[in-house]
Amino acid sequence: MSAVAREWKRFTAGERAARYTVYVAIVAAIVASARTVEIIPEFLYDAPEQMRDLLQRMWPIAFYHYRGGVHDALMDTLHIASLGTILAVLMAVPVGLCAAHAIVPNRAVNYAAKLVLVSSRSVNSLVWALLFVAVFGPGALAGTLAIAFRSIGFVGKLFGEALEESKSGTIEALQAAGVPWLSVLSKGYWPQVEPAFWSIALFRWDINVRESAVLGLVGAGGIGMALDTALNLFQWDRVAMVLFAIFCVVVIAEITVTQIRKKII
Amino acid sequence: MSAPVAFKPNWWARAAGLLLAVYVAYAVSRLDFTWARFVTGLDNGARFIARMLPPKIAQPDTLAKGLTESLEIAVLASFLGILISLPIGLFAARNLMPPWVSWPARASIALCRSFHPVIVAILFVKAVGFGALAGILSLVVASVGFIGKLFAEAIEEISLKQVEAVRATGAPFASLIAYGVLPQVFSRFVGFATYQLDSNLRNSTMVGIVGAGGIGGTLFAAFQRFDYDFVCAILLSIIGMIMVGEVLAQWVRGVFLERGKVDGT
Repeated sequence: MSAVAREWKRFTAGERAARYTVYVAIVAAIVASARTVEIIPEFLYDAPEQMRDLLQRMWPIAFYHYRGGVHDALMDTLHIASLGTILAVLMAVPVGLCAAHAIVPNRAVNYAAKLVLVSSRSVNSLVWALLFVAVFGPGALAGTLAIAFRSIGFVGKLFGEALEESKSGTIEALQAAGVPWLSVLSKGYWPQVEPAFWSIALFRWDINVRESAVLGLVGAGGIGMALDTALNLFQWDRVAMVLFAIFCVVVIAEITVTQIRKKII
Repeated sequence: MSAPVAFKPNWWARAAGLLLAVYVAYAVSRLDFTWARFVTGLDNGARFIARMLPPKIAQPDTLAKGLTESLEIAVLASFLGILISLPIGLFAARNLMPPWVSWPARASIALCRSFHPVIVAILFVKAVGFGALAGILSLVVASVGFIGKLFAEAIEEISLKQVEAVRATGAPFASLIAYGVLPQVFSRFVGFATYQLDSNLRNSTMVGIVGAGGIGGTLFAAFQRFDYDFVCAILLSIIGMIMVGEVLAQWVRGVFLERGKVDGT
């Protein structure tokens, strides 16, 4: 008696074909990119020496520069990030509400809101900054609006998803009692999405602290302006000071956010 | 006698709201936002939009070359970044590695994460000169920071039973990783990798602003020449490229993540 010959396969032929297509496409993309990308080998050989030169020029870090040129710009950056986040949340909540089908049962409104969210996300914050610098002139106003407009998509998408996921029990109970829709939102939905809301806002604030540090490179205020000035004057010790300041702020922001999130979740 | 109150006023929340309002007022005055500036800006904005429309492709060759270069930077940076972050993420997992291995790995991941890719690109432009190489290297750093962190967290969450089982057969360390660890994290890893490719594609269009190759340089130059109709065309093509990338990433995720079917033929 022989065992029945059976071959076990994990994937169907179609699944395997799709997987191999992806593998082949990945390899093809890498090979094609590596062959055509313009890299000048001489620059690469030179890199370690240039790196050593860079580090030598950066050392010692110009700590004396902090009080005169970095502190104010650093505080501006934090305010740009915070104000931008607040503004973004204010704008994103109504858009997020419109994007959630459970709240606005109208497909056209849902898609319009989703389009707003997608277009906000697909433009980088540096591009938003360029646009707002062209409109409002260089300065923190452009930076704040850039941060705000870039964040709408992020906050609105995640907030809308949190709304969609909330349980319908309390909401139906409130609706059955004939409660006006504003109260349904504030007593039915809000308690369910509140932890998600604060966690999204904090998470975005953390990202915005990082992003607002570069906006100054295109003239949108904050510490990036100090960085740009130091770079243009080749004052590498001051560049090192600015980078050190950014590093400290980013680390502190991340620790703060993690601590608060632990408490509220 | 007053009627019973269903929802007591939350004085802490109101105090926090007041504090937030005070902060907004302070930050707004500090950053020098005025209504007059905003109104002038709106006026500028109308003129700006009028000049952007209709979009005009002034230099099709430059546009095509910039977009291709951005794509190449994104592909190569994702490939190299993923390649490097695999071992680093593995070393950073505290459940598999002793502390003297995991702490240096975690520190290097944190360092990679703390700076925005554009800032890293500035340093690489100094080190390896203008061009795509600087862009690739800076996005490799960003990818290591992101994938390394998430990969380490994914490994820390695996079930150790399978690892124990493989270890009990006397398998060497490499087989332990290949058969005990990787199958558990592969699906999440595909998610991280596609997300990172997407994010690298977005950032590769930006590193050009500081001279690190890609379409960003063309965009910034067009801005500085006030060629706003060309700027509009570039922005639209960037958004188009990113959206195509997002759809492709979604498809790849579908290929690798939708299973649950085990076929015996």
